[in-house]
Amino acid sequence: MSFADYVASRWQELLVDAAQHASAVIQCTLIAAVLGVALGVAVHRSPAGSAVATALTSAVLTIPSFALLGLLIPVLGLGVAPTVTALVLYALLPIVRNTIVGLAGVDPAVLDAARGIGMSRAGVLTRVQLRLAWPAVLTGMRVSTQLLMGIAAIAAYVKGPGLGNVIFSGLSRVGSANAINLALAGTIGVVIVALVLDGAYVLLGRLTISRGVA
Amino acid sequence: MTGEGTVSGVEICLDQVTKRYPGSQVAAVDEFSMTIPAGQVVVFVGPSGCGKTTTMKMINRLIEPSSGRITIGGRDALSLNPDKLRRGIGYAIQQAGLFPHMTVGENIGLVPGLLGWQQQKVRARVEELLDLVGLDPAQFRNRFPRQLSGGQQQRVGVARALAADPPVLLMDEPFGAVDPITRGNLQDELLRLQSELRKTIVFVTHDFDEAVKLGDRIAVLGPRSSILQYDTPEAVLANPADDTVAGFVGAGASLKQLTLLRVKDVDLDEAVTAPTDEDPAALHVRLTMQNSKYALLLDARRRPVRWVHVRELVGGGALSTLGRPVEATVTQRSTLQDALEAILTEGGHVPVTGQHGEYLGVVRIDTVMDVIRTLREEHEHDHD
Repeated sequence: MSFADYVASRWQELLVDAAQHASAVIQCTLIAAVLGVALGVAVHRSPAGSAVATALTSAVLTIPSFALLGLLIPVLGLGVAPTVTALVLYALLPIVRNTIVGLAGVDPAVLDAARGIGMSRAGVLTRVQLRLAWPAVLTGMRVSTQLLMGIAAIAAYVKGPGLGNVIFSGLSRVGSANAINLALAGTIGVVIVALVLDGAYVLLGRLTISRGVA
Repeated sequence: MTGEGTVSGVEICLDQVTKRYPGSQVAAVDEFSMTIPAGQVVVFVGPSGCGKTTTMKMINRLIEPSSGRITIGGRDALSLNPDKLRRGIGYAIQQAGLFPHMTVGENIGLVPGLLGWQQQKVRARVEELLDLVGLDPAQFRNRFPRQLSGGQQQRVGVARALAADPPVLLMDEPFGAVDPITRGNLQDELLRLQSELRKTIVFVTHDFDEAVKLGDRIAVLGPRSSILQYDTPEAVLANPADDTVAGFVGAGASLKQLTLLRVKDVDLDEAVTAPTDEDPAALHVRLTMQNSKYALLLDARRRPVRWVHVRELVGGGALSTLGRPVEATVTQRSTLQDALEAILTEGGHVPVTGQHGEYLGVVRIDTVMDVIRTLREEHEHDHD
């Protein structure tokens, strides 16, 4: 069976896998964004805190994904829990670092003015600092999403959802009829989903970043 | 400055206000006591690091005093919620500190919004304020700060400070980051605004000329915000309290007194003027008859646009293309020092314009020189 025939015959299943893949990556990026921005906000005023947060999240990134997922099995079992945990941990670094950089880049005069005209601390954070750091945070989320696309494929190893299952089942029966087709379809699927999401980020940036700072 | 408007400002009293930072032996501000009269502009002037900004920021509690009492209009500032206190005090700073992600309108409407004004009222107020600071609302309301020049940003900064009509304004070197000509214009505008609004303004600067021009009273500050002299600009110039103040006033005090005199205090001269559509030959005849070298061309609304020399009129060509553009003008409120600078740019004389930019007359360098001569004679007389 040619690759095109294979894709045509398995179109439905591939689409479901791709959707699950994208959904897992998006949800994990969102969780990481909430945690990462909170962490960035908590540490950005202290140089030491920023250094520690960046170092810890970088350390996570150096752990091979296959190893991390494997190590999580005894703790969290198989399926959704280890997948989400690993993906969120990997997504943290770009978001935390960009949040810190974005917040540090806010002009002190703007903060002085914000406090001086009577904005509360919470108001300054939500209406000024985070709004101005948003382009950097969004870039961090975009990088994290790209990073997670590949790692999420490996999560099939712990029975996670997504296109990884297609790739793995192809690789596990090398030599049989559809082995190459399976692996290829999964891989190309990951690339296409990644490109679509990247496009979505560009659009999101256009819609949410103020024209005054874009 | 003697104004036309009724006083809308309130008195500020600082009583033995001290700021001591933890771990520091000496106080940053040491027992500062001062009464700032309602409706007046008091300028804190002093070298950088003398604590003038720290002192000012204790009034709106951006910096919390370690001890002492501050009352604003009789109310104890230290017992109020700091955020609420600041919403009732206008605040304008160097480089404006506008929020880059908000439009001009959103920047100005922010404080009224915080105070819970109705949207419609906020919108009307934004229009009114843009008008007040000389920016066309239709043109500027929806722009972002980065689309404005430095001077326009400062105007918006002042409009934002005035948004909720606070009785007190704190201004920290608000015109420090713009070029000298724009700076002079902004100072003139502030004086015009203040003559209508009569707020209590605390203005911080390290520029003594600016202090003399804007202040009803000047506080010359030394280390740890000690008050070296607190008096009217005339008194500080004529009679510096000690050598440090004298050093700060600097050389050429008589020249500096030019900043105390306004263009409206001297007689204006008349230039030969012409509309831009006048026949060059006819203008040539008029210039020769009046024995003048230059004519000032006015546009349809009588605003000065170009200087044209009598020689240029013989070559033919429409008046609107001849001569060189008018680069500087002054208003009746400009100081004679501004006028002198403008005269040096323009070459011998500078047009004076009225409220709508219309031509009123010219100030010639001879006029200013006469004033300097008189001032110098008076000054020499002081030391007899």
